[in-house]
Amino acid sequence: MPQGWLDFEQPLAELMERIDELTAIGAKEEVKRLREQVKELKSKLYSNLTPWQQVLLARHPRRPYMLDYIERMVTDFVELHGDRAFADDPAIIAGIGKINETGLAIIGHQKGRDTKEKLYRNFGMPHPEGYRKTLRVMKLAVRFGLPILSLIDTPAAYPGVGAEERGQAEAIARNLREMAILPVPIVVVVCGEGGSGGALAVAVGNRVLMQENALFSVISPEGCASILWRDGSKTKEAAEVLKMTASDLLKFGIIDEVVPEPLGGAHQDWDEAAKLLKRAVMANFRKLALKSAEELVKQRISKLASVGVYTR
Amino acid sequence: MTQSQTPDGMWLRCDGCGEILYRKALERNFFICMRCGHHFRIFPEQYIKIILDNGLKELDSDLAPSDPLEFPQYREKLAKARSKTGKPDAFSYGKGKISGRPVVFGVMDFRFIGGSMGSVVGEKIARSIRLARNKRLPLIIVSTSGGARMHEGMFSLMQMAKTAAELGLLRQAHIPYISIPVDPCTGGVMASFASLGDIIISEPGALLGFAGPRVIENTIGEKLPKGFQRAEFLLKHGFLDMVVSRRDLKETLTRILSILWPQKQDESGTL
Repeated sequence: MPQGWLDFEQPLAELMERIDELTAIGAKEEVKRLREQVKELKSKLYSNLTPWQQVLLARHPRRPYMLDYIERMVTDFVELHGDRAFADDPAIIAGIGKINETGLAIIGHQKGRDTKEKLYRNFGMPHPEGYRKTLRVMKLAVRFGLPILSLIDTPAAYPGVGAEERGQAEAIARNLREMAILPVPIVVVVCGEGGSGGALAVAVGNRVLMQENALFSVISPEGCASILWRDGSKTKEAAEVLKMTASDLLKFGIIDEVVPEPLGGAHQDWDEAAKLLKRAVMANFRKLALKSAEELVKQRISKLASVGVYTR
Repeated sequence: MTQSQTPDGMWLRCDGCGEILYRKALERNFFICMRCGHHFRIFPEQYIKIILDNGLKELDSDLAPSDPLEFPQYREKLAKARSKTGKPDAFSYGKGKISGRPVVFGVMDFRFIGGSMGSVVGEKIARSIRLARNKRLPLIIVSTSGGARMHEGMFSLMQMAKTAAELGLLRQAHIPYISIPVDPCTGGVMASFASLGDIIISEPGALLGFAGPRVIENTIGEKLPKGFQRAEFLLKHGFLDMVVSRRDLKETLTRILSILWPQKQDESGTL
């Protein structure tokens, strides 16, 4: 069975393996025929995803991560390390670079690809020093007039002993307050998992985008299932009731835009996914460039102020 | 104060030392155990009585939640919480006075779905912050909560950013905000407005943190040491300004306000 693919993707994975084999022996006609089949199969497999399948896609082991996008979108990237207080957090990447010759600061989560890197990156779950690093780099951006791009992909802020000792709650809260009043354009894109406060802590922006198969949620489906049904295995039901997909959240007005992915998801074609992401990000920065610092802060805060549903 | 709003019964057992205490005597003692000093959990009515001179002039008390996700069992939960507390949601705010000084005061109710923050709580916190900014009055919020309210999904999570953003503006306006997180306060409330006070005060033994202790124990696979995430622990690690006995809470607030905000009246004249 081909590795790194989801159960429901197996027919596709097998077909792609077959194409590789046939390409190797030069069976051009047959390859061409199979490629047509791939297209058909993709539109069949991915057109009516259940909420749970969306969760699996957002967490797909082959999905591009922050550094994969930086490699494809950003030139002259300089990674910056450390919060100047305690440590450097490898679960968070922060730095400066250029997109289309425009300088910017970039922050976001980084998951690991293999076991060793996963452990090193703590599965993309930041400690307080990670959030403090992002704030340090964002303030650097403000001093040099750089816009900020934030790419979100985390299951959660890390719930551990050291994280509590060093003020996980304070670090997240401070980021939320400071990001709201930074006088430069901020574009946020949820690229994979938007796991609760751990994601939100770097997700306050003038424009908040989500990739087509990304998620943004107040709690994981696992956590919701164990609270609601006292049964951690009822994740499929939980994924449905939480309304955490890009299309749900666009409908609710919680995000501003959905960034398209290649057919079948970003993991099918990293280059194409990066191209689509870059296009969306730059279109938004261009619009924001016309606003004054004061307008940017006002727009960001009034957008937040309008979120909520209540009655009298 | 009605029966349902405080720990029930004539006699109460102390969670700290097991002593059986006469309710009326306990009440006179700020619901602090006479024997071991354990602070019983108390509710908005008591905090209002303890901190404010003449009660709370409540605002937006009719703001009520709806069910934007049509979340299973949410409406039933809301109805139950409402009959338990007599309030439509978990936060009340308004104007009041502390030792003659006008303030904006807000307090959460842990009995209402664990003090969880959904749209109504977030909106009312944001309004209380805006009121403090517009009237140039100090803001005091007593927080107790399990975090963001799951049943309103992302609407709840966004309230963290909404309240924190308003506090950004209050801070720029140089108006004091004193945050009083009390037992228990965790999750999205601790990770937003409750951690952003100019001054942060808690009560002895209060459980405060980001992740709940059970979540941490499940993650690390071991038992947490005694005192972990208690107010004294946060004080030691630098995340609280002070841990104050409930008996001294009002006096402490009065002293702080007299220094940070010496004007007796708000700038618009009367309260």
